[in-house]
Amino acid sequence: MKLHEYQAKEILRRHGVPVPPGKEAHTVADAIAAAKELGGDFFVVKAMVHAGGRGKGRFKEVVSHDVLEQVLAGAPDVPGKGGVQLCGGATHDEAVAKVQAAAECMLGNTLVTKQTGIEGVPVKTIFVTTGADIETELYAAILLDRQTSRLLLMASTEGGTEIEEVAEEHPDAIHKVWADPVTGLGAWQCREMASKLGLQGKAFKGAVKMFRGLYDAYLAADASMVEINPLVITPDQDVVALDAKVTIDDNAVFRQKEIASWYDSSEDDPAEVEAAAYHLSFIKLDGNIGCMVNGAGLAMATMDIIKFYGGEPANFLDVGGGAKKDQVKAALTIITKDPAVKCILVNIFGGIMRCDVIAEGVVAAVAEAGLEVPLVVRLAGTNAEQGKQILASSGLAIIPADTLADAAEKAVAAVGSK
Amino acid sequence: MSVLVNKDTRLITQGITGSAGLFHSKMCKEYGTKLVGGVTPGKGGTTVLDGVPVYDTVAEAVAQTGADASMIFVPPPFAADAIMEAADAGIKVICAITEGIPANDMVTAWRYLQGKDVTLVGPNCPGVITPGECKIGIMPGHIHKPGRIGVVSRSGTLTYEAVGQLSAAGLGQSTCLGIGGDPIIGTKHIDALRLFNDDDDTDAVIMIGEIGGSAEEEACAWAKVHMKKPVVGFIAGATAPPGRRMGHAGAIISGGQGTAEAKYAAMEDAGVHIVRSPAEMGSKMVEILKL
Repeated sequence: MKLHEYQAKEILRRHGVPVPPGKEAHTVADAIAAAKELGGDFFVVKAMVHAGGRGKGRFKEVVSHDVLEQVLAGAPDVPGKGGVQLCGGATHDEAVAKVQAAAECMLGNTLVTKQTGIEGVPVKTIFVTTGADIETELYAAILLDRQTSRLLLMASTEGGTEIEEVAEEHPDAIHKVWADPVTGLGAWQCREMASKLGLQGKAFKGAVKMFRGLYDAYLAADASMVEINPLVITPDQDVVALDAKVTIDDNAVFRQKEIASWYDSSEDDPAEVEAAAYHLSFIKLDGNIGCMVNGAGLAMATMDIIKFYGGEPANFLDVGGGAKKDQVKAALTIITKDPAVKCILVNIFGGIMRCDVIAEGVVAAVAEAGLEVPLVVRLAGTNAEQGKQILASSGLAIIPADTLADAAEKAVAAVGSK
Repeated sequence: MSVLVNKDTRLITQGITGSAGLFHSKMCKEYGTKLVGGVTPGKGGTTVLDGVPVYDTVAEAVAQTGADASMIFVPPPFAADAIMEAADAGIKVICAITEGIPANDMVTAWRYLQGKDVTLVGPNCPGVITPGECKIGIMPGHIHKPGRIGVVSRSGTLTYEAVGQLSAAGLGQSTCLGIGGDPIIGTKHIDALRLFNDDDDTDAVIMIGEIGGSAEEEACAWAKVHMKKPVVGFIAGATAPPGRRMGHAGAIISGGQGTAEAKYAAMEDAGVHIVRSPAEMGSKMVEILKL
């Protein structure tokens, strides 16, 4: 589960991590009030969307289609104002006026970034925050290291740039220490890290305190990642988390009631939200062959084999291990709602799930909603023969397939050659 | 010999009175697994499935039944604790079927198992089966055939697909290990390859990976030097978009890491016979064994 920056900073603040003061706003009036409350003559206004590349993103309602194309192409100097705007002025009032202009530019409009595609995402919330004077920009993150099954504190002197780029260009600039869950992240490990980053005096102490705060916040919030980029050392040697990204472990959301209530679903695909309500794992893709499969691995493999035979999957859909008839029905309904879908491939290898239950669900869904595209069904495993009989005697125009390859070939043939 | 479990394995189920735990305990028992007991705190002293005794603790179950393997169906909030309880009671093989255990809980449980004489399979896995001898988990027993091919996979149904292809081609299986789709799992690909490499009853291995993490790469680096038996490999998720969790908690490409291409490259480098179509896992095995 992804959090917005203001939510991430709230979690960090509670664990003693210094963050610049700020306030979220849903209206222009709120934004002005926030700036007045914060005081000073410099603010940063940020669009609260989950997609990355906000600063270089542009607003659909403000700029031309050409400019949006440049954004999507990742052009370096795109005209217009983005999803992160600096609002500095000679006086407090001048800066507040700029906050107002930024809020008017963002709220209610649609931000297109390199990651959102041309549809963009609606901006319903902005974050008004004060900046910090920057002497040095660092990077720090806590994440799960799958190789060692431990939490990892990773930090770098190359703050402000994507860590993947740093890893590629300056791997020596990235330092790591691993926390033993028995002891937690040791204070000595935090000191070791601060030392490797070349920090001294007040900044050294501040960084040690921050690292421990990040680790505490990670555990307390059941995070799956806490990333500070940039982590800033000010000219006064204060250590501040200027930006923050926190994601929560989906498996632990059940025990993070407060954080769960913060979830903003406005960027989610409506079909994915509907699927989640039926406990279906669904991800929309760009192709035209809709897939319904049991099991995540087989669902991925089904997408892969469609591509192998020259087709394009329209979605990933795992109906799970013990799906009931109404879940199967819901899954097919969600797939058929996508106008891009020209054929549906149902691939079930029955284990716990019985193929006759799947067949009944398919027949019920088709009987109720009709079927406008070819439907290829492959059933194997538990009760496969009964399932095939149910489909055959239903009188529906279902294309039966015996094997995975047979099913994929028939589905690709049904949509026609590319 | 086979791997991890055989006809002498004595199994208990933790969470045996829940609906999934009870159903699959019944299926394992019917398959021929020696199901000697179950554990549900607060229900000790009762019996299920025509005389299978239920205990309050794993320690009690082990003392009374001599169990050496456990199958865990305990709900996610309590499952990591159940894993540690089993290890503490001296269980040698733990199959954690439960899906959805918080990752931080698994960091602790994984650490607790270090230095103990125990093998954890899973969590979020279908389990382990030595066909004709012992089934621990949720896989359909009837698709398997006793034989000499080892299968290891992070996915459930994709493992069944591989097994189905092998059985259809007349190739039985020594042991099939579903190691699970979570970021933290007890037995990784590298551990499974080691087990199969040392097993006299295994001639060749099907290794099925998927996007996310680097466990396949680590296994391949080991296999390149040590693996004496032929391996057929497939990676699920070549068409998966980056940054999206594909059903399994661990199946996500992040920051350019964990792609199918990187894993295929590692497999090729290790001399694994790769198939790009998941429909060809069985036929590839037939082809290389006839060489």
